[in-house]
Amino acid sequence: MSAVIDHRPQQRQLQPPPQPRQRRDPAPSRLQYRLERVWLKPLYRRVIRVGVPAFLIAMTAGLWLSDQDRRAALGAGVAGLVDKVQSREEFQVRMMTIEGASPVVDKALRGMLPVDLPASSFDIDLTAMRLQVMQLDAVESIDLRIKPGGILSAVVKERVPALLWRHAAGIDILDATGNRVASVTSRDVRPDLPLIAGDGADLETQEALQLLDAAGPILPRVRGLVRRGERRWDLVLDNNQRIMLPEEGAVIALQAAIALNRSQDMLGRDIQVVDLRSPSRPVLRLGIDARNSIRKARGLPLLGPDGNVLDEDDRKRG
Amino acid sequence: MVELYQTQRAMRNIRRAALQRGVVGILDIGTSKIACLVLKFDGTGTDREVDGVGPMAGQANFRVIGAATTRSRGMRRGEIDTMAETERAIRTVVAGAQKVAGCRVDHVIACMSGGRPASYGLDGEIVLESGKVSEHDVASVLAACETPDFGRGREVLHAQPVNFAVDNRSGLSDPRDHVGNRLACDMHVLTVDEDVIGNLVQCIRRCDLELAGVASAAYASARAALVEDEQELGAACIDFGGGGTGVSVFIKKHMIFSDNVQIGGNLITQDIVQGLRVPLAVAERLKTLNGGVEATGRDDRDMIAVGGETGDWEADRRVVSRADVIGVMRPRVEEILVHVRQVLDAAGFDFMPSQQIVLTGGGSQIPGLDGLAARILGPNIRCGRPLRIDGLAHQLTDPSFSGAVGLALFAAHPQDEWWDFEMPAETYPARSLRRAYRWFRNNW
Repeated sequence: MSAVIDHRPQQRQLQPPPQPRQRRDPAPSRLQYRLERVWLKPLYRRVIRVGVPAFLIAMTAGLWLSDQDRRAALGAGVAGLVDKVQSREEFQVRMMTIEGASPVVDKALRGMLPVDLPASSFDIDLTAMRLQVMQLDAVESIDLRIKPGGILSAVVKERVPALLWRHAAGIDILDATGNRVASVTSRDVRPDLPLIAGDGADLETQEALQLLDAAGPILPRVRGLVRRGERRWDLVLDNNQRIMLPEEGAVIALQAAIALNRSQDMLGRDIQVVDLRSPSRPVLRLGIDARNSIRKARGLPLLGPDGNVLDEDDRKRG
Repeated sequence: MVELYQTQRAMRNIRRAALQRGVVGILDIGTSKIACLVLKFDGTGTDREVDGVGPMAGQANFRVIGAATTRSRGMRRGEIDTMAETERAIRTVVAGAQKVAGCRVDHVIACMSGGRPASYGLDGEIVLESGKVSEHDVASVLAACETPDFGRGREVLHAQPVNFAVDNRSGLSDPRDHVGNRLACDMHVLTVDEDVIGNLVQCIRRCDLELAGVASAAYASARAALVEDEQELGAACIDFGGGGTGVSVFIKKHMIFSDNVQIGGNLITQDIVQGLRVPLAVAERLKTLNGGVEATGRDDRDMIAVGGETGDWEADRRVVSRADVIGVMRPRVEEILVHVRQVLDAAGFDFMPSQQIVLTGGGSQIPGLDGLAARILGPNIRCGRPLRIDGLAHQLTDPSFSGAVGLALFAAHPQDEWWDFEMPAETYPARSLRRAYRWFRNNW
């Protein structure tokens, strides 16, 4: 710091006077004016805005792709990229869960679904798998989906066995709608299911089930239902008794027969067939013993077990 | 006159072509400002959405889609002084209007006030051979008008048939199919200097624009500022411009007289510069913001800081009273009005049935002008604003744009002029036959 302090008035810095700002000529130059006017033509505008960039892009791409190696490299690169994305950890399916299936169906399903896990979820075609599974008779519906966490989940609804159907080729288990569930080798495998028989019996399972319901009090004696001529039902009881039901209103006819049975113990008597085919005119066919009792009382020759009249000598012998 | 007929007819054809393309530019080239409007002609316009004002007086078939205005350059007393400067100004304003409109303008209709306009009243008369006026007879009576000597280098700008008379029935606006023996017509012809109009054409052509019509500025502003009744009953329109004051007299919807007083607003500004010793820009500001013609006692106390950047404190802090400004302006305005009075006297305005006077143009915005003008010109004075047209921005509707608006109306509905009628057949083939004969003789 200097010893002498300068108290003289500060020498004013002589600033050059500010130049008056050169104002630009507001008029557009001739060239600019002409370019603006050209730009305002719609055709030029469209060509320059769309045509030229599109042409440049197309030309660049065309030149680049004209080389065979580059095309191949591009294709391989794209395929690799797709593969890389699809095989990411997030898309991997590692586990399969099956719900609502019995062990047999579960095993069949696991054998049937052709995916060897782990696989990418892009490789699993759920629709095709679902169609394949639906070919199993035991499966009524299946809900296939890929859950978060890499789980292929299959929720199976199995068909509920309702009937046994004996036909020419063997014995099948049917559900309530008549679809086949499985085959069995003998009646004893499923003694809990009612038995139906005859051609076309599987087409009328609804009616069969209604009839079995209606046969409540005599159910312990019911052996099964027989479809006759793909037209009407016979209810077969033990002791070879048979209730022939009409084509229309079979349930009502059966209920009438059961009412008769309750009031008069009809089925406990020696009656072979209750013929209700014409509901207004029920017919009973008596058994041999009953007819012989009547014949004996009338003094008529007795009948043999085959239904024919016995000869005198036979009678003497017997 | 035949070349003139041909050029004007060509301009009419260009105008028709422009209307078909739908876009026409309007160029009002004044001494203080240049305005450009871009008009779009689209159908009848009756179904167009308008803000509270219905389609007005047949002006609904166009709308303004772009407008620009700029300070005029290279203009002096309504004439082009420096061509290159004026060309730049035209480029500026056309580029601005095109930018606003978003479309290209190819055809313009221009007006200018200078060129010493001179009015002539001509009359012609023919005998009707068929006893009935046909379209052809109208053309021949217009061609039969006796042309006075306009002087060297004069060009006809407007030639409008004002009145037709069949026998002794006068005052017909459309004589076609009238029965009579004799057809007479009165025609109003406005001539201007050929060079002035040539310069204008050259300037516009150098801007890549095609001229679709030329009109006199006094005529155009009168069409915008006079209402229909005033045009019908008779009125004078006084257009206070920068470089000159235009006067036009209308009756029966036709202009019958037009003249130009070569004193305008710029001279008032110069007076303020000289009287108050201020720069030109400051004088212009004083005139427009604080000007007036009637001084009151309050104006003595109304001090206006003049400002300045000379570096001299005294000069920079000078104030003038508003009364000073008025005191400088008033004599000059009076002088303008007196000149206008003389022009109107020369036109015989006193003998008109209606003495309505309409003041318009930028100078008519001086406060108190109508009072002063009433004292000099006559009692029936009003300040006229241009007719409202569709799409014009609000800041462009003040009286200084009445020339541009009137030109737009002129573009939409031009009045019949001589060149709208077919040239009578016998007048021009003779010369062209002679020319063909000469060509053959020279070449073979």
